[in-house]
Amino acid sequence: MIENTVHATQAVVSLDVPIQGLVWGSIITVNMWAKSIGTGVVFLAAFLWFRHKKDDMPNLKWAMPLIAFVSLNVFLFFTLIDLHQPYRMIHIFTHPHWTSSITVGAWMASLFLGLITILMLIGIGEKFPGVPFKGCLLTKFGRNNASLYEKIFPFLVFLAIPVTTYTAIIMAQSSARELWQAPTEVMQMMWAALMAGSAALVFISGSWSREARRDLTLILAISTFFSFAMYMSEYFFSFKSAEAEAVLEYVHVGGPYNIEFWAGLTLGFIIPFFIAVGNMKSDNKTLLKFAALLALVGLFLVKDVWLKIPQLLPLS
Amino acid sequence: MKLGFLVDLNLCMGCKGCEIACKVENEVPLSTWRLRVKYIDLGTFPDTRRSFTPLRCNHCESAPCERICPVSALHYLENGIVNIDSERCIGCAGCMMACPYGAIYMDPETNTADKCTYCAHRIESGMMPACVVACPVEANIFGDLDDDHSNISLYIMEHKGAVQVRKPEKHTVPTHFYVGGGNQTLNPLAHKRLEGYNLFNDVTHLEHVGDKNHGILDRFLAPFVGHEELDNKSFVESATSKETHSQEGGH
Repeated sequence: MIENTVHATQAVVSLDVPIQGLVWGSIITVNMWAKSIGTGVVFLAAFLWFRHKKDDMPNLKWAMPLIAFVSLNVFLFFTLIDLHQPYRMIHIFTHPHWTSSITVGAWMASLFLGLITILMLIGIGEKFPGVPFKGCLLTKFGRNNASLYEKIFPFLVFLAIPVTTYTAIIMAQSSARELWQAPTEVMQMMWAALMAGSAALVFISGSWSREARRDLTLILAISTFFSFAMYMSEYFFSFKSAEAEAVLEYVHVGGPYNIEFWAGLTLGFIIPFFIAVGNMKSDNKTLLKFAALLALVGLFLVKDVWLKIPQLLPLS
Repeated sequence: MKLGFLVDLNLCMGCKGCEIACKVENEVPLSTWRLRVKYIDLGTFPDTRRSFTPLRCNHCESAPCERICPVSALHYLENGIVNIDSERCIGCAGCMMACPYGAIYMDPETNTADKCTYCAHRIESGMMPACVVACPVEANIFGDLDDDHSNISLYIMEHKGAVQVRKPEKHTVPTHFYVGGGNQTLNPLAHKRLEGYNLFNDVTHLEHVGDKNHGILDRFLAPFVGHEELDNKSFVESATSKETHSQEGGH
């Protein structure tokens, strides 16, 4: 019993200031979630166009950049509103600090959005000549430069890789939060992009050939499985770091984020995986859309938990 | 020149004089701290003692906050101080996520990040930091680490085996040292935060980071319509939230 009376095992904080609350909250979760969709659809489009004829996915050429454009604008909007001094965002471009992955990411994401915008103008300009109105100069520009689509797209796919993963590097640079380890976060971001991208494209895949939709379903199944496996690996095997282990107590039984975490994993990973695997043969479009919706909701919940829990730990 | 700080915890008596001096000197707003003194009770009755640990920015030689700052608002001065330019700060809070010591806060009046600067403005005028001047027992020792004859260098040499830094495993190379500290006092995971056993109960999380009285829309409108005058009551309310740390799942 002597061990219970010594200083080393009995230390209690008796006076301190309140711990800072959540610094990065759900706004940042939306940011990451929307970016996953925006870059994920580009990866998926590259894969599908590599595997299938363009006629198998007739709406992909204009719908993919449209989805990416909307998602990336949501991502950038939420980045902006999270800043405590939003008008000073321009400082990232006028006073860039290149050791910061926030800076590098902001530049790359801006370039990525610019290129996606061109693809969207080409895609929509070709498909809907009268949209948004007859004689619109932007869509006319798209129609007149349709050959750019094929030239820009390969570059866009390569650019999508760092745009997807730079948030993981920001998290790695957040050296106060040991749960966010660079190698795992980079892979988590990649799987999240494939998962969100495939889930988003499911909603426009109704007119696609069965084979193309089966490939899309396969990617959804694979990405939910490996993403789930990575979360489970971190959940069970992060005990080598005392800090990460302490953080994970927030999602253990009785922890404040236990329900959100497991609800997210069940809704977003386990159920969609089984639906997607089952759907490989049956090709039930309604069920597949349900799985895609669940995957997007679950991914948001799990990302939200993973973002918040390391911030609850006292650092000093 | 490389300025550094050393706190002899054997001397510190927890008077919080340094904390108050810092607040006054730097006009640190309510609900935020550049320097705080933490009380930790060690052992079990009757074999107990209380330790006091002043905590401030470590002015690391390899500062994660400086590295992650997207606009170089956090930057090094020639004397090694990690300084902050609040005019350039965009309020992204990346530095708050990066600092392993929780030493950076979002100023609720300016909505920009802020932290201890070793009183860089005083040093520029040849004065010592306010906390050093206020300490009644000279537990705070400040000086040039590059000068072998400075007080801090002599103190470090005198206490060679007993000089510690916080979280050396983070490879931040702090220029802030402690003498007389132990794992229980310097490692936040080595002590518990139990509700109901503190001098002040309900050691809560702050509900809001930055200006709690102005939401997202206000941040955009502020340059045109200005901010309402804030009073102390609004900040006190934020620090006396009903939700306790234990309810939030703290440990």
